[in-house]
Amino acid sequence: MTVLLDKARQRQTRITGIILLALGALIAVFLAPDASGVATFRLSRPTDVWPVPNLVVPGGAFIYVASAFLAFFGVRLFLRGGAKWSARLLGIGLIIAVAAFLVWATAGKSFSFTGMLQASLVRAVPIALGGLAGVLSERVAVVNIGIEGMLLAGAFTGALVGSLAGGVAGLAAAVAVGGVFGFVLAALVVTYRMDQIIAGVFINLFVLGLTSYISSQVFQEYRALNNAPVFRAVEIPILSDLPVLGPVLFSQNIFVYGAFILAGLATYYLFHTRHGLRARAVGEHPRAADTLGIDVYRTRYVNVTVAGMVAGFGGAWFTLGSVGRFDEGMTGGRGFIGLAAMIFGRWHPVGALLAALVFGFADSLQQKLALLGTPIPSEFLAMAPYIATIVVVAGVVGRARAPAADGKPYVKE
Amino acid sequence: MQVELRNITKRFGPVVANKDVNLTIEPGEVLGLLGENGAGKSTLMNVLCGLYEPTEGEILIDGRPVAFKGPGDAIRAGIGMVHQHFMLVPVFTVAENVILGIEPVGRFDHLDLKAARAEVKKLSTEYGLTVDPDATIETLPVGVQQRVEIIKVLFREADVLILDEPTAVLTPQEVDEFIQIVRSLCDAGKAIVFITHKLNEILEISDRIAVIRRGEIVGSGDPKKLTRPELAEMMVGHPVDFDVARAPFAPKEVILDIQGLTLVRDDGAVAVDDLSLQVHSGEVVGIAGVQGNGQSALIEALAGLRRPVAGKVTFDGTDITDASARERHRMGIAHIPEDRQRAGLIGNFTVAENMVLDSYYGPPFAKGAGINWGRVEEEAAAVAEQYDVRTPSVHAAAAHLSGGNQQKLVVARELSRDTRLVIAGQPTRGLDVGSIAFIHERLMAARDEGDGVLIVSSELDEIMALSDRILVMFKGRIVAEYAPHEAPVDKGTIGLAMAGAAT
Amino acid sequence: MKDATQGRVFGRTQLEDLVIVPLFALVAALFLGALVMAATGVAPGTIAQSYAALLKGSVGSIDAVSETLTAALPLVLAGLGLALGFRAGLFNIGAEGQIVMGGLAAVVAGVALADFPAFIALPGALLAGAVTGAFYAGIAGWLRAATGAHEVISTIMLNLISFRLLDYLLRTPLIQKEGRADPISKSVPDVAELPKLLTFLDANLRLHAGLFLTLVMVAAAYWLLFRSKLGFEFRASGENAIAARFAGMNAGLTIVMAMAVAGALAGLAGANQTLGVLGRATPGFSAEIGFDAIAVALLGRSHPVGVLFAGILFGALEAGGRQMQVDAGVSIDLIGIIQSLIIVFIAAPLLVKAIFPWGFRKAGTGKGRS
Repeated sequence: MTVLLDKARQRQTRITGIILLALGALIAVFLAPDASGVATFRLSRPTDVWPVPNLVVPGGAFIYVASAFLAFFGVRLFLRGGAKWSARLLGIGLIIAVAAFLVWATAGKSFSFTGMLQASLVRAVPIALGGLAGVLSERVAVVNIGIEGMLLAGAFTGALVGSLAGGVAGLAAAVAVGGVFGFVLAALVVTYRMDQIIAGVFINLFVLGLTSYISSQVFQEYRALNNAPVFRAVEIPILSDLPVLGPVLFSQNIFVYGAFILAGLATYYLFHTRHGLRARAVGEHPRAADTLGIDVYRTRYVNVTVAGMVAGFGGAWFTLGSVGRFDEGMTGGRGFIGLAAMIFGRWHPVGALLAALVFGFADSLQQKLALLGTPIPSEFLAMAPYIATIVVVAGVVGRARAPAADGKPYVKE
Repeated sequence: MQVELRNITKRFGPVVANKDVNLTIEPGEVLGLLGENGAGKSTLMNVLCGLYEPTEGEILIDGRPVAFKGPGDAIRAGIGMVHQHFMLVPVFTVAENVILGIEPVGRFDHLDLKAARAEVKKLSTEYGLTVDPDATIETLPVGVQQRVEIIKVLFREADVLILDEPTAVLTPQEVDEFIQIVRSLCDAGKAIVFITHKLNEILEISDRIAVIRRGEIVGSGDPKKLTRPELAEMMVGHPVDFDVARAPFAPKEVILDIQGLTLVRDDGAVAVDDLSLQVHSGEVVGIAGVQGNGQSALIEALAGLRRPVAGKVTFDGTDITDASARERHRMGIAHIPEDRQRAGLIGNFTVAENMVLDSYYGPPFAKGAGINWGRVEEEAAAVAEQYDVRTPSVHAAAAHLSGGNQQKLVVARELSRDTRLVIAGQPTRGLDVGSIAFIHERLMAARDEGDGVLIVSSELDEIMALSDRILVMFKGRIVAEYAPHEAPVDKGTIGLAMAGAAT
Repeated sequence: MKDATQGRVFGRTQLEDLVIVPLFALVAALFLGALVMAATGVAPGTIAQSYAALLKGSVGSIDAVSETLTAALPLVLAGLGLALGFRAGLFNIGAEGQIVMGGLAAVVAGVALADFPAFIALPGALLAGAVTGAFYAGIAGWLRAATGAHEVISTIMLNLISFRLLDYLLRTPLIQKEGRADPISKSVPDVAELPKLLTFLDANLRLHAGLFLTLVMVAAAYWLLFRSKLGFEFRASGENAIAARFAGMNAGLTIVMAMAVAGALAGLAGANQTLGVLGRATPGFSAEIGFDAIAVALLGRSHPVGVLFAGILFGALEAGGRQMQVDAGVSIDLIGIIQSLIIVFIAAPLLVKAIFPWGFRKAGTGKGRS
């Protein structure tokens, strides 16, 4: 009997092998001949305390080696199988392929690798916080399509209140307004039993309408209302002097630190505390929770409101953490990508954070590649993260499991 | 602790579920609460455990009136309930499920799972309820899950335990074990309310019996002085005939032939393992077995909804292993799904729409790409009449029908056309006695007209009443076969096979 | 055949569902919109003036009615598609992307068919829009059927992809207008244009033959949903996918078909814009119609006739909103707020009943118990 099961798995492994082999071949045929000269990745800034030399990679050679590795992995998987290795080798293979691509694009030029990693982290922040908000609300079985709107509300409030009363007040207000929209979502789906997706769509449209309206009706005239201070990077003593790691991890603004801290806190809350256990029970089997005296409605209200606050914080990043002014629809679908990160991260806070980092990396990679002037049209590079999201949702979710009651209203009798 | 229900009435809108119920529960005593499906037993107990608030009446504990705002209040008052459908979180461990709601915690709200495990171990040794505290619920067999439910109630220091249809998921031998557990709980001074619709069990286990019918207590008494027919009549309201009329057994050719069938569940586990069986025309084959031994997968595969990984299925000489559900339907295979609400009906569709759910696409209902609704409604009305589906009109939504009428609707849809093989999963689960009798009659009529009939049921009584041949399924295999018309077989023997003793 | 919204007797329930609730939703949304205006410092006089302009701009003249209908047509077409999807249990957020692809394909086909007579060029261009929309939506349907990828996420991503793809394609030599550096397509030739209907009254009236196309599609969608086999399968899958599968319906095929039909209608909405109103494709020509159409489908209770009226209402709000901006200087973004509030009042009848308890039956009767 186990033989049959292995057959299915074996086929999957073989397909993975073929994919890796094909990737290796593609790289060897299309990228290698083009990659003349060396690619220079700058790792240090001139001002660094402990400078490290640049990473210099000979273009053609690196790509051939990369394609050889890919081919080896591919052949190995195809011939030897080993389901345990399939996912890991695929991951490693993709990293190698991306590296080869990067070397190809940089060949004969140089660019700051550290800078790109730093930008990846920054770009990952709203996605990570959006994903975290998704985790918190879906763990109590409330699907939160409204994250996009909550981010936008946070961005707007941050700019408005930040302009009037300073950055800290702006941040607090953004968190509070995010919480308000979380509460509204909870009220609509829990108390008024509105369809969860429609309620999320409503929040997105409403926030978009309201912020655009105020932006064009008020901000156009009173520009001082849309000119908030920006949170500067906080250098963590000593650690920020480390080469590469310092600028990437320890020389960021409070939003980056906040995303990491919140992911840790959420993990502790969901998996190690009493209230987290109850929250997960409500998401998996609300009736069981109810029979044990756990207030399902209250739990959903609290968690979805907190999720809104997290999204509000993430939204403030767009204004207080980056440009200091609000533009209509400036979140640009980051909330939805956050939802994809949540799914990719298998409804786990740390998973969502890691997935967001992948998306952030893809995003900053695309920016860098556009700057390096590759022959690929920038529109296609811009599409890459979206296509990646679809692939992730189509390919990875099959194996992950959403909370059992996700999306279903609970009706007390 | 003594609990008294006084003049309890519970209404849902215009529907009266319980009317003027008076009941006392004494410590150290097993109170058997007997009633048909839908008689209002569960509603009454949900009132007692705080899930519903009574419309009228009051609950007294040791003579003092109490008001439960929710299940939490009832738990604190010492009333615990083991629900018919287990209230366990499948992805949590045993310990997590047990402590849920009254968790031991340390600083920063940190869960103290160590204390939880110790507590589970202590309770399981004290009452003989063996279970691993770190096992995940979804990996445990139902019998063990039931123990977890009981530990859950004991962990809450309940003095009154309400057990709602606890034996439905157990083999006869497990039932015996279960009765021992109930006895030991009783000896520890707990009061037990044992809810069931099975006469034998209630006579065996109870110290006192109360019978509920249409929401009212219609009688009570001492099990030693009551007989089975008396109880049955009390429960149903008229004398009950347990036998189904049938023509003499005259099987003809093999209509369904399954060879070496192997099925895998969605999670990759083997559900049916190299199974072979045959059904003849004019024969009822009953598959007995505890739920979760692969019966559902088998039925789905036979209906064309699950692709086998190995084996061959032949219908009337034609290989149908890879035939779709629709192709099988066309060939004259009728399928009554296990779960009418989930798979048999569309609640928001009308009776007429449900009646053609699997036959809308061909003549006489389809015309081109469209559907001739006039014809559908005519036909549906006629069939509903013939199969005693009581509905205000064919335009009524199926969700508004009673459980019995819903199931009759499914049976009508499946049997009202030309059939040669009937596959029925749990055909009478949760129905009242009248509907059960009607559906049994119809299945038997199909057999008498020369159809092969394959019935899967976890109700052993049903299998024994209907089958010409009984197969017992255990862990995805047929482990025993009996032919009652050749040599009578008793429940105990089949029960042992259901528990896997025959392997 | 009677579905929930078209009972044999036009009873109290139907009256509430189809008339009272939408009416209340509209009034309440307008009232809250006025509060928003007041909160942002708009004078009471101006608020009154802006609602007067809203009325004037939507139904106040032949020109206003023409504008209302012109704005309503793509909303109705895309809304019909979304409604079919909702009935099949699919939450398609991708109408926007399908409009983009369909509209662009219609332009390309129209340009390619420039040398043919109108009776070939126009249907050809429309068909190209519908087929492309169907194909683009079909991707999400196929992903859902084959891999379980939720259509909400995949259609959102397909929207974002379509915007980039449009930007790219508008610069390719085949599509870009000759001698232009900015992304703009060639103009649709006269033979492929949807003819204007009211030019005999005034040359500026924009209402075009898409009106007939839309009305035909409303009837076709009604037939499809309630009278056809395919529609029966859509509705069965949407109500209870498991029971549909048990009854022998092909779940995957139903999902792909429902998405494709929805995409075809959204593609027609795009073609309707490029062939009837804009005469070319430009970046952002879809103008969020696909998102407003979600609201239209919800407001119309996923019923083709309901969608028609809801689309006209939203068209009126659009047309009136433009007038409002001109006359009273109030930003047209207010319309977005009002539309979203209409959705919430429509989709949460319990909320409406909580705010407005009189005039409704007691909640909770006749509901199934679980």
